Amino acid sequence: MVTQAGPSRARPLWVVCALGVLAVCMIAGLLDGAADISPWQVVLQIADWLPFTEVDSGLAPVEQGLLFELRLPRVLVAAVVGGLLAMAGAGYQGVFRNPLADPYLLGAAAGAGLAATAAIVLLPPMAVGVPVAAFVGAVGGVFLAYTLGNTAGRDGGTATLVLAGVAVTSFLTAIQTFVQQFKVEELQRIYSWILGDVGGGWDQFWLVLPYAAVSSVLLLLHGRLLDVLSVGDEEATSLGLRASRVRFLVLLAASLATAAAVAVSGLIGFVGIVVPHVVRRIAGGSYRIVLPLSMLGGAAFLVLADLVARTVIAPAELPIGVVTMFVGAPFFVLVLRMTRRAAL
Amino acid sequence: MISARGLSVRLGEREVLTGVDLEVPRGSWVAVIGPNGAGKSTLLKALMGLVAHRGEVAFGSRPAGALKPRERARLVAYAPQTPALPRDMTVFDYALLGRTPYIPYLGRESRRDREVTESVLDRLDLTALAGRRVGELSGGERQRVVLARALAQEAPVLLLDEPTTALDLGHQQQVLELVDRLRRTDGLTVLTTLHDLTVAGLYADALLLLTEGRAAASGEPDRVLTEELVGRHFDAHVKIEPGPDGRPVVHLVRGRP
Repeated sequence: MVTQAGPSRARPLWVVCALGVLAVCMIAGLLDGAADISPWQVVLQIADWLPFTEVDSGLAPVEQGLLFELRLPRVLVAAVVGGLLAMAGAGYQGVFRNPLADPYLLGAAAGAGLAATAAIVLLPPMAVGVPVAAFVGAVGGVFLAYTLGNTAGRDGGTATLVLAGVAVTSFLTAIQTFVQQFKVEELQRIYSWILGDVGGGWDQFWLVLPYAAVSSVLLLLHGRLLDVLSVGDEEATSLGLRASRVRFLVLLAASLATAAAVAVSGLIGFVGIVVPHVVRRIAGGSYRIVLPLSMLGGAAFLVLADLVARTVIAPAELPIGVVTMFVGAPFFVLVLRMTRRAAL
Repeated sequence: MISARGLSVRLGEREVLTGVDLEVPRGSWVAVIGPNGAGKSTLLKALMGLVAHRGEVAFGSRPAGALKPRERARLVAYAPQTPALPRDMTVFDYALLGRTPYIPYLGRESRRDREVTESVLDRLDLTALAGRRVGELSGGERQRVVLARALAQEAPVLLLDEPTTALDLGHQQQVLELVDRLRRTDGLTVLTTLHDLTVAGLYADALLLLTEGRAAASGEPDRVLTEELVGRHFDAHVKIEPGPDGRPVVHLVRGRP
């Protein structure tokens, strides 16, 4: 009789490690910029902002304002969006049993892109139009891919759904290009949105937070059920699980997460593939650990990506989506190779 | 313990199973044999309710149609011929999946669920492998891990689809002896498909011979494994003799006419 199986006991340790990495990344994200602020001052200042504590960080009010109004929301938005995208990716991978499933591949990103472009081109300029349109578009894109995949494949197979996502993506991207050509003068705005942005301040943060909270809780609760689903529909059914219900709820939560992330920050690709894959390599394949670690790892990854985007051609900025694609696309090929080798 | 009446399955245009009757008494082992494509796996899936079927299935006194999915999973455990193994999952986590019918939908496993899983791993000599990833295991170890998952369900009925495929002689014997021992100690009712006729005759109390989706013969091994029946339904030239324990042994005859 064993007292306790090793793999499960190690879980809290991984989460603590990931939290540590995230904290370091966030402090690094707060540090970078024109003003010269030391890490220790940042830590003290954060402590000062927390309720019931008063610490003198030695920062001038201007520096405090800079930290609070510009850098902090930016880092937080990057963290939330990264966490959402990575967790959504893990959720889609669990549902489709495909390590290459990603919000990008499943019509969500293309749907959001089309709807946001349409909003920029057709609606009068107003702040709320684009995020709302992107949200609707993301949900619509996934719904389209899901319905198409279900009707095309009689068995509702995994490959069918992913292929349906590719078809939907191509189609929606074509329409999006068609629409954008109507207003060439808006191309700059459309492209900067499509390539992603996390510098929208506190408004952006509060906009994404409620959806982030709901979708994260829903996804994290489904970790064990995604494990059951990973043995296939027939076996999951034989274990007493209604596979279609789990699949629907996880798809809903992952799409909500994607839509929320895309709506506030534009299209940031490959986070959903890179992060869960690395997590699986390190901590094993159980979704009970993959989901929370993806959330933390995705947050850290995007904070870092934003840091790179801000510094690499300073004082100019790269769109954050360019950074993630630069890392993500080669990684995608790597995962593809490893997956194929494993399948042989 | 398992009974089926007039079980029929149609997949697309093809009738895969036609009016099969089956009776597996409590605590006994019945093996389903038959040539490739006879409908052996489909029969197991139909009993599990995994494919649409006509006819009646009952486990004990309970009609299968009246069982909720979780109730059924507590009553019947099923291991398919080629189980989908999540490569990166640990052996312990995989075996723990067998506890699914006892865990509330969004809940987590109880202490007892972990204890049952641990004791099953212990019985199958898998404790040392508990932390290993399923993808790293050898064929024989995998088969045992799948069996562990099924046993963690603590179901009185075990449906195993070709539990010894791809196993060498020693591992075949190991797995079959294990199932046999569990059947005796825990009083499990076992229904397996087995492609090796001699092995089927050696372990099962009764055989069901399927051909083209119909029950061609059923009964004790020496009544089903006859040169006439096997020759006709498998289109094979065989010689069948009683083995050391009196059970039939099937030999191929070289140079068939």
